[in-house]
Amino acid sequence: MKVPEKQILMGLNGDEAAAYAVKQVNPDVVAAYPITPQTIIVERFSEYVADGLVDTEFISVESEHSALSCCVGAAAAGGRAFTATAANGLALMWEITYIASALRLPIVMAVANRALSAPINIHNDHSDAMGARDSGWIQIWCENSQEVYDACIEAWRMGEHPDVQLPVMVNLDGFTLSHTLENVLTLPDEVVQEFVGERNFMRVRGHMGEAEFRLDPERPLTIGPLDLPDFYYEHKLHQVEALKAALKAIPTVDEEYWEVSGRKYELIHPYRLEDAEIALIGLGSTMGTVMHVVDELREEGVKAGALKLRIFRPFPEEALKEALRGIPAIGVLDRAISFGAPGGPLYMEVKTILYEEDDRPIVVNYIHGLGGRDTPPDLIRSIYKNLDQARVRGRAEERVVYAGVRG
Amino acid sequence: MGEIVEVRFHGRGGQGVWTASLLLAQAGLREKKYVQSFPAFGPERSGAPVTAYTRMSERPIRIHSGIYNPDVVVVVDPTLLTPEVAEGAKPESKLVANTTLRGREVRGRVKAEGLETWILDASSMAMKILGRPITNTAMLGALIRAVELVKLETLLEVAGERFTGRLKEQNLQLIRAAYEEVVRE
Repeated sequence: MKVPEKQILMGLNGDEAAAYAVKQVNPDVVAAYPITPQTIIVERFSEYVADGLVDTEFISVESEHSALSCCVGAAAAGGRAFTATAANGLALMWEITYIASALRLPIVMAVANRALSAPINIHNDHSDAMGARDSGWIQIWCENSQEVYDACIEAWRMGEHPDVQLPVMVNLDGFTLSHTLENVLTLPDEVVQEFVGERNFMRVRGHMGEAEFRLDPERPLTIGPLDLPDFYYEHKLHQVEALKAALKAIPTVDEEYWEVSGRKYELIHPYRLEDAEIALIGLGSTMGTVMHVVDELREEGVKAGALKLRIFRPFPEEALKEALRGIPAIGVLDRAISFGAPGGPLYMEVKTILYEEDDRPIVVNYIHGLGGRDTPPDLIRSIYKNLDQARVRGRAEERVVYAGVRG
Repeated sequence: MGEIVEVRFHGRGGQGVWTASLLLAQAGLREKKYVQSFPAFGPERSGAPVTAYTRMSERPIRIHSGIYNPDVVVVVDPTLLTPEVAEGAKPESKLVANTTLRGREVRGRVKAEGLETWILDASSMAMKILGRPITNTAMLGALIRAVELVKLETLLEVAGERFTGRLKEQNLQLIRAAYEEVVRE
């Protein structure tokens, strides 16, 4: 592989890539509680602190609820705050996830995605982050360790964008990414420092006139007071607007990051979709395997394509509709179940945005990989085959297929 | 062999199997190859059979699933030569084993008659050089002789950074000796 000038090629697993990126960002506060498979992030970062390589205040807390609460306090005081978690840890944070976003605090959190208990399981699926999908955070989903590294740098700028001011969740598949060493091109510290710059603040009207939205004894503000029926609803609409603004802000951050890194990220990454008859949409590391299979199928003459959704929140509706237009059969990969719902979370959203299209495609939901069940190329092939049968038949035999499960 | 070479290491918890897969990947990385290294995910138990994996390629590796049909199987622990280690092996796959058995005896044990077999008594070698039967580095030397995934110098360079002092010298000596003495049988 070619290593661009001034970049350093490292072998890092997803957790190490996250920790290394955050070390280069050098945030004010990291508060975290270790939980598999996120533990390496916290371990590495605490080594950076112990070795004096960062100026960060590292707070070892007694629970994830406290971890995110510390980040809320630190970010409200004007600091840059980072935490990392997984599965039940994220579930324990649930209350605070809503508070972080509603208080418009651009915290960055890495989530090494892991199945929720019970039964207890330490392996990958997306049920943790999907449980937080309505909490008002930006969600980035990573395909490999390189993307984890890059996302943990870009996230600060996305969340702190003046029009956005929201927390950002960087999702990396537990073990499949968190514990897999891969090639990662890293930027020099000073390039990262210059890219993230200083934290941006909203300007608000405070008790003593206009002020930056942060706790400052010189210009006192109240953050998070009681908000009754007269204003609460309007404040929720602010969050809606902020996430809409994020759809515009994220591409500008990506554009700048492309200039400094040579790596170009987008809201969605279509792959060989131009003339595709069947396409799979999904999140995370599975999409790498899917694209690997697309190349094989194309060689066999099958018109297969794929679409990796990098930004799940805010949902890139227009970009998706544009990319999917004209494809007769679409399969949506969900690595989570929404119990009692008509299908997996991603499936329901993809299908919703396609409802108003003139030519509505066949949309099939493929649930897969729960609790770390592997999703190898053979399974992806069988999914494409099933989807193609639906295309030929003109309808799906089953709308929700549990792929790779024993009968 | 396909474009991506897939290696599976077999050993026991505590024998440095994941370290072996990491060192191999890091050596590949040093030669600007694309690599992946991962353990068999899950809790580790000392002494229990464990596996670790390395992928290596000249082209970007996008696949992110387990390895089922390894191109090369490396058995670090001599007591693990059972049919399990040959599981999923292809006709052209290679087996590199730490053993005192002959090549055909190894193939008999693992029930894979056609497998290209490389043998080395790495345990005795490690006892002599390290004073301990830790064979992960020796088996890496044997592996890259059987399949030139990376150059010997590169492996020595990467291993040299992993260890310090006496342990460094001993491990480098061990890798060189294993590279010299492993035989195809």
